[in-house]
Amino acid sequence: MKTHSSTEPRASTGSLTAWSGYRINLVGLAAFSVVLFWALVALFAPYITPHSVGEMIDLDYFGPMRPGLWLGSDYLGRDMLSRIIYGARYTVGISLAAVSIACFTGVVLGMTSAVLRGPVDMVVSRILDAMNSIPSKLFGLMVVAAVGSSIPVLILTLSVIYVPGAYRFSRALAINIDTMDFIMVARIRGERLPYLIASEILPNIIGPVLADLGLRFVFIVLLLSGLSFLGLGVQPPYADWGALVRENIGGLPFAAPAVIVPSLAIATLTISVNLLIDNLPQKIRDRSAS
Amino acid sequence: MTSRVPSLILGRLLIALVTLTIVSFAVFFATTLLPGDTATILLGQAATPEAVAGLRTAMHLDEPALLRFVYWIGGLFQGDLGTSYANHVPVATLVSGRLANTLKLAGLTTLVSVPLALTLGITAAMWRRTLYDRIVTIATIGVISVPEFVLATLAVLVFAVYLKWLPALSFTYNIDSFSGLLRAYAMPVITLTFGVSAQMIRMTRAAVIETLNTPYVEMALLKGASRPRMVLRHALPNALGPISNAVALSLSYLLGGVIIVETIFNYPGIAKLMVDAVSTRDLPLIQSCAMIFCFGYLILITTADIVAILSNPRLR
Repeated sequence: MKTHSSTEPRASTGSLTAWSGYRINLVGLAAFSVVLFWALVALFAPYITPHSVGEMIDLDYFGPMRPGLWLGSDYLGRDMLSRIIYGARYTVGISLAAVSIACFTGVVLGMTSAVLRGPVDMVVSRILDAMNSIPSKLFGLMVVAAVGSSIPVLILTLSVIYVPGAYRFSRALAINIDTMDFIMVARIRGERLPYLIASEILPNIIGPVLADLGLRFVFIVLLLSGLSFLGLGVQPPYADWGALVRENIGGLPFAAPAVIVPSLAIATLTISVNLLIDNLPQKIRDRSAS
Repeated sequence: MTSRVPSLILGRLLIALVTLTIVSFAVFFATTLLPGDTATILLGQAATPEAVAGLRTAMHLDEPALLRFVYWIGGLFQGDLGTSYANHVPVATLVSGRLANTLKLAGLTTLVSVPLALTLGITAAMWRRTLYDRIVTIATIGVISVPEFVLATLAVLVFAVYLKWLPALSFTYNIDSFSGLLRAYAMPVITLTFGVSAQMIRMTRAAVIETLNTPYVEMALLKGASRPRMVLRHALPNALGPISNAVALSLSYLLGGVIIVETIFNYPGIAKLMVDAVSTRDLPLIQSCAMIFCFGYLILITTADIVAILSNPRLR
């Protein structure tokens, strides 16, 4: 989610007011810090875990929070804090990989359809619409039933599920841009498809596309956690946050931290990504503002 | 001028039909063209080659996949859903009772969530930019951003662990008394209601606010209509189309929701059946459940589209 200044919507006038649209508010900032926090946790997981992930260090299971075991222990007496930290790696990592593939494919296809129009547009749109009418969780279940669950399969499935959405969104944006005069000029100049989509259309839709990428990231985190919770996502010995809730669901009747904390971890990540996007500077969110 | 509505609706139905065909294609081929021979799986490792060959012929496994697809679709139309691999019971028998259970759950959730969501959504739009509106908006964002199983976990924590009003994770069949019935259904319905309502509230609020921004509503304000009168009498009739569209779309969330809710509360519905079928790789069962789900989903989103067409006076 890098935003280079060169990729922001063009045609900012350069006057003093040009940057006022980029101011971020307090809620947005708070949300951004939470997202950043989880990103750093995922990145530096091996250096900050206090205990080994698989080691049973507590004689009691579903132990309470106490010094040394700050988030209690899980159903086998393993350190919950370390497991959450490693879980961040799987949840954030898999979702990020999937959302990148989904949005890249969807946006490239969407822009291509918008530029080419005609039969290509119609065929691609129809097929992707049909894919969109399979409920996402069901699609996930079917793939897992067919080929089993492994991390590469998960990443690929999640990205296939969210290609149609990214396609629809970017196609709608690109069609608006495609009717503009500078595209016509580029066409008359004899520019080809790759140049048209990469240099003429993409820079003008990148803001909303990035916001959409964030939303899709949330959907993917939710779906991945849901699948893992059903036992069909990330498989032991690895565990993402959804799998951690599943493992420790037995602790629910005694309100063990082992089941509450991973739930909260998912909630903080997804809510803050949503809030961050809701509070993004107008200029990035709004295609008409540029 | 002739109305464009019938042709638009016909077109929408046609698209639904084409989509259903593509989806059934996808469901069939995703689950059929798998590694491993079905006949060998069914008969086990010790089967003689003759027995395997006999079963292959009997199940049409030697014929091309496309022909098998036609047989399968033909069977679906006659109500023959195939036989479960896991326990050799006709899939139709397995599915019918479970489907009724799931529909009961979905129906109850609809009954609870639609009035609740419409009230909250419309009132939030009515008192826009007040503290009340803020709280509703933030709460719905919160609920939408959280997976269903976290909602379920929280519901169990609050109602079963802290308040001790309801049983935690067991679905008891003790539904002879009204209170027993209430207790058995309360938790799944509460969880699903949260998810469905949050979507519906957001969309309803947006639809009403959009109508409130039109000039004729401003006119009503200028002539001195009170706020509730302005919203209920002037804005609401025109927002009804988008609102019913929102209701149908939000209800399609139920399809994803029941998968998690039935599993976590051990509710004997069709989604639980499908999740179990996935873990035993019982293909005919998975195919049938998937088709039922896709069919339900298509009905809901097609209804949403048709309502949107019907409610647009410019198309009449």
